[in-house]
Amino acid sequence: MIPPVPPRTTSGHLLWRGRVAARAANLADIRRAVAGALEGLPAGPDWRHDLVLAVDEACQNIVRHAYGGKETGDIVIEMAWKDDTVIVTLVDFADPVDPHCLVIRDPAEVRPGGLGLHLIREVTDRAEFLSPPAGAGNLLRLIKRFDREGG
Amino acid sequence: MELSVNDHGNFAVVHLKGDVDLQTSPQVRKGLLGLLEDGRRPVVDLSAVTYIDSSGIASLVEAYQTARKKGLSFSLVQVSPAAMRVLQLARLDKVFTFHDTVEAATVGA
Repeated sequence: MIPPVPPRTTSGHLLWRGRVAARAANLADIRRAVAGALEGLPAGPDWRHDLVLAVDEACQNIVRHAYGGKETGDIVIEMAWKDDTVIVTLVDFADPVDPHCLVIRDPAEVRPGGLGLHLIREVTDRAEFLSPPAGAGNLLRLIKRFDREGG
Repeated sequence: MELSVNDHGNFAVVHLKGDVDLQTSPQVRKGLLGLLEDGRRPVVDLSAVTYIDSSGIASLVEAYQTARKKGLSFSLVQVSPAAMRVLQLARLDKVFTFHDTVEAATVGA
């Protein structure tokens, strides 16, 4: 049974909300949608690139780890603009992830893999797991503020 | 994403074009490791890379480490701003060898 679409998980002006199958092949479409939603906001190209990267890395983690590459579930992505921030929530329907078990790689350690969470932390002001809505598995919220220079 | 290889003596110039992400990075990994398996020295042209994520970076790191183990060179040339941004965020801009041109990277080919 397909889980129902959860209620809104952000407040503020809704920029985009979409439900996408958690597949590597869909990541390019997600990036395009996120970049499109950011058009017109008072932010520069690096700021936009970085938020697209954060959402992409978060989706990648859901595809690879939450669903374990089984490609059996969806991701509901919601983006909202409130005051000087953009808030992105990503809801999946996989088994709950224990945030304490997530390892952020020390970037001084040169090895392949494990960079996703580091990149998310680098480019957002806050990244946190919150209680998911009923019927969902995980809810990750990303918050990114506009720079004083306008991004 | 497109991957093409041109021979420059002992060097293999690998041109990447487009987005290097979770969907396409396995092709990059396979291509680079295959060249190293054949004893070639990859010079990776990132000038046409429009986007790269952690999986793409991981492919480059794995190839770089494999090259070092084999005593082969591995360098990046003409890195696009989008790719350099992620290399900097990953703090790998001080790890890889960079060149401005393919010619500079293939001196002595």
